Amino acid sequence: MIRIANGRVIDPANNLDTITDLYLDLGVVAAIGTAPAEFDEATATLIDASGQIVCPGLIDLSVHLREPGYTHKATIASETKAAASAGITTVVCPPTSKPVIDSTAVAELIQDHAKACGKAKVLPVGALSLGLKGQQLAPMSALANSGCIAFSNARATISNSLALLRCLEYAATHDFLVIFNPQDNSLVANGVLHEGSTSTNMGLAGIPEAAETIEVARSLILIEQSGVRAHFGQLSCERSISMIAQARSKGLPVTADVAIQHFFFTDENAKGFNSMFHMQPPLRSQLDRAGLLNALVTGDIQAICSDHQPHEEAAKHAPFAATEAGISGLETLLPLGLQLVEQGLINLPQLIEKLTSAPAKILNIAAGSLTVGADASVTIFDQNRSWLVDQDSLLSAGKNTPLLGSQLKGRVTHTLLAGNLVYSL
Amino acid sequence: MIESIDHNSSQLNGNGQLKHFLTTEDLPATLLNEILDTANSFLDMSSQQVKKVPLLRGKTIVNLFFEPSTRTSSTFELAAKRLSADVLNLNISSSSTSKGESLKDTLMTLEAMHADMFVVRHPDSGAAHFIANQVTPNIAVINAGDGRHAHPTQAMLDMLTIKRCKGDFSGLVVAIVGDILHSRVARSQIHALRTLGVAEIRVIAPKTLIPKDIEFMGVKVYTDMRQGIKDCDVVGMLRLQKERMNSALLPSESEFFKLYGLDTEKLKLAKPDAIVMHPGPINRGVEIESAVADGPQSTILQQVTNGIAVRMAVMSMAISGQLNNSNSPVQR
Amino acid sequence: MPSSNHNVDFLLLQMTESLRKLLTDKDISDPLFIGIRSGGIWIAEQLHQNLDISEPLGTLDISFYRDDFTRIGLDPKVQPSKLPSSTQERHIILVDDVIKTGRTIRAALNELFDYGRPASVTLVALLDLGCRELPISADIIGSSLRLKTDQHIKLIGPEPLALEISQRPGSE
Repeated sequence: MIRIANGRVIDPANNLDTITDLYLDLGVVAAIGTAPAEFDEATATLIDASGQIVCPGLIDLSVHLREPGYTHKATIASETKAAASAGITTVVCPPTSKPVIDSTAVAELIQDHAKACGKAKVLPVGALSLGLKGQQLAPMSALANSGCIAFSNARATISNSLALLRCLEYAATHDFLVIFNPQDNSLVANGVLHEGSTSTNMGLAGIPEAAETIEVARSLILIEQSGVRAHFGQLSCERSISMIAQARSKGLPVTADVAIQHFFFTDENAKGFNSMFHMQPPLRSQLDRAGLLNALVTGDIQAICSDHQPHEEAAKHAPFAATEAGISGLETLLPLGLQLVEQGLINLPQLIEKLTSAPAKILNIAAGSLTVGADASVTIFDQNRSWLVDQDSLLSAGKNTPLLGSQLKGRVTHTLLAGNLVYSL
Repeated sequence: MIESIDHNSSQLNGNGQLKHFLTTEDLPATLLNEILDTANSFLDMSSQQVKKVPLLRGKTIVNLFFEPSTRTSSTFELAAKRLSADVLNLNISSSSTSKGESLKDTLMTLEAMHADMFVVRHPDSGAAHFIANQVTPNIAVINAGDGRHAHPTQAMLDMLTIKRCKGDFSGLVVAIVGDILHSRVARSQIHALRTLGVAEIRVIAPKTLIPKDIEFMGVKVYTDMRQGIKDCDVVGMLRLQKERMNSALLPSESEFFKLYGLDTEKLKLAKPDAIVMHPGPINRGVEIESAVADGPQSTILQQVTNGIAVRMAVMSMAISGQLNNSNSPVQR
Repeated sequence: MPSSNHNVDFLLLQMTESLRKLLTDKDISDPLFIGIRSGGIWIAEQLHQNLDISEPLGTLDISFYRDDFTRIGLDPKVQPSKLPSSTQERHIILVDDVIKTGRTIRAALNELFDYGRPASVTLVALLDLGCRELPISADIIGSSLRLKTDQHIKLIGPEPLALEISQRPGSE
């Protein structure tokens, strides 16, 4: 039995925000407040959480683990360890490994490896089409039986609308969730930065907003027609969010998330060719950033993720357009989220909801809450403790973040995965 | 929370002198004028019997071209030789350096040869900035064209041409015509012209060749050449790459020439004493008519001469700026 | 402050006479006057006037030929050198305000030779401060002077010309 004493327990799923004790036993939440009958002070483990926040373990909707296939960038072992240190107990990994997750063998390999590491729960997303090629259906039912939580073609958008419709209809048949990373690749072309005055000035090929919005529009129509459960991941444009919000208001059960860096940076940060700001989708304009922040406040963005993409040093060490996109984001997810709270845009329970119960609801999994009897995955953090982001403090194999050298507030002190302490500061 | 990198911090030393020449953006007018004045001094050198000064004697300059360009590389070579520097020309196919690490390896190898300056041409925007950030301090980097981003020596030789023809920049109306979208020359010209204080900068092209939000760079956009060229003092033509014809950007060379090619008739709409510039090599009958290219208003050959002087100026200034990099201001 | 011992106009008159004699001795009828920027140009202009020479004066900016480029870099105020005509087989009167180490003259000679092979070069300087570091001497000087190590002399001009001796900043 574990007693987490005197923390401010925030559990948005149960509308709980109070200073109390949390009791965990046999890998589940045993009690909140009053000690359960079988509690024995002498044998119990005590974690003093005075002055700290205690919340459900965080759920990150997009974490590129890079294994199998890209282990020179990162491994399941390195990234789940980093996740645990960041208070993230459940990571959803996209199907873009090599080979892609279009066979039960790959899906199982990833989960087995993650289990052996024991640092975080990994939920693979299966490929929507074989090889992500957009031609033939992936064996979705078998993949789901092997643990795939949803299906996606990632950014390898299926441009053939008939093929896409078939994929969605098949997923709908089994009530599987389909995750869209909307991107019209003919409009992306060789673009590397949001198309606007900054890309024009820097002479970088631009990615127009239409590359995302056109695909959101097409997807919404096919989602409606197929009746599939759908989620839009890592959006960048204000217009995308408003189209999805409009569809929701008409009763279409679609949801959306945004990678946290898009709330903080814009295309202008790339001035001077800092490749750390090379992202996909690209950082957009000031107006988009303002629109995303507004949608966060109104609730049109249901969840926040890190869109963690660790890279080896060389991947970012080239002229801007020749570098690979993405940032290493696991360990800055919560600290950046706390800045949104500090800026008064959302309150702390709302932030925690977008990092726990909301993604759980999108995925339709029993996680992200501290309900008695629920899986005892718990994160304890000190929201005022500041730390320096640098090569040494980051546990992820990817040190590719524009925040290197920044002092951030908010540090996880303990992470428990199904009742096991997987990280302590 | 995050400061974006300032261009100036990477190309000026602590005394505000040029130590690399990467872009014309954000450089103060005094420095641009210093480049023009120094270039002017080198220009007069052409009356010497020995067309060469010992300024960079013993210095090694490496022309590092990741994109073929005989023309630009030869003018840099000639400029370096007229400064008495030793020159090494390296043409590296960019396919062999697609990975960042191998570009870094190339640089390290060259540094081991004790190069004092890299003149860099690269197909990727920002490549010169990247290389300037990579090389050990005291090696100067001159951008000889990076992707669509910048071609600062070309822009400055155009400024020298304008200054020598027009005397002063204030009050001038300058039109830049052609493939603005892909043009590093246009971008560098726009920054330099703004800083030097011309009255108006116009860009003229069909919408397919105008990059988004270019108005933010301080230019007026014209899609009709006849309107755009009206009463201009300077007409800067851009080279149209043949491969643009194969994409959906333009229907044909002949239609482009009809609408945006500079011919005698369209040139009449500009001021009578307007000058016509072109970075070369010219595509006769595609962006410019032969009669105009070879006509009295054309400055194309002066530009070539000015190009060598401007390159001599920035090369000597950048090496000088590297020497003074760590020192405090020098008493002369 | 202007020093009465070094009345520039008086020195110039003396130099004009010496130069007139030297030109006659050497049988030079059409000398080409070249001044080194900027003080040398002023002195050359005066001599030019006094000797009533019609051919325009040449000016030399030695910035590109200095031997201390690697120490102090390029002079941002560099100006073009302008020679009125070919120097090939000409008798050149090279003029500077002050000769000290000889390094400026070395640079000027190098630059001069890049314009062609002159028949002869005669060096004229208003003041000789000694302290030579190179085997160079002037054919005609206005006056010799030894300065203390912390003293600095400067020709003020062009109208009127005057010499100013100052203490180097920071020393007493």
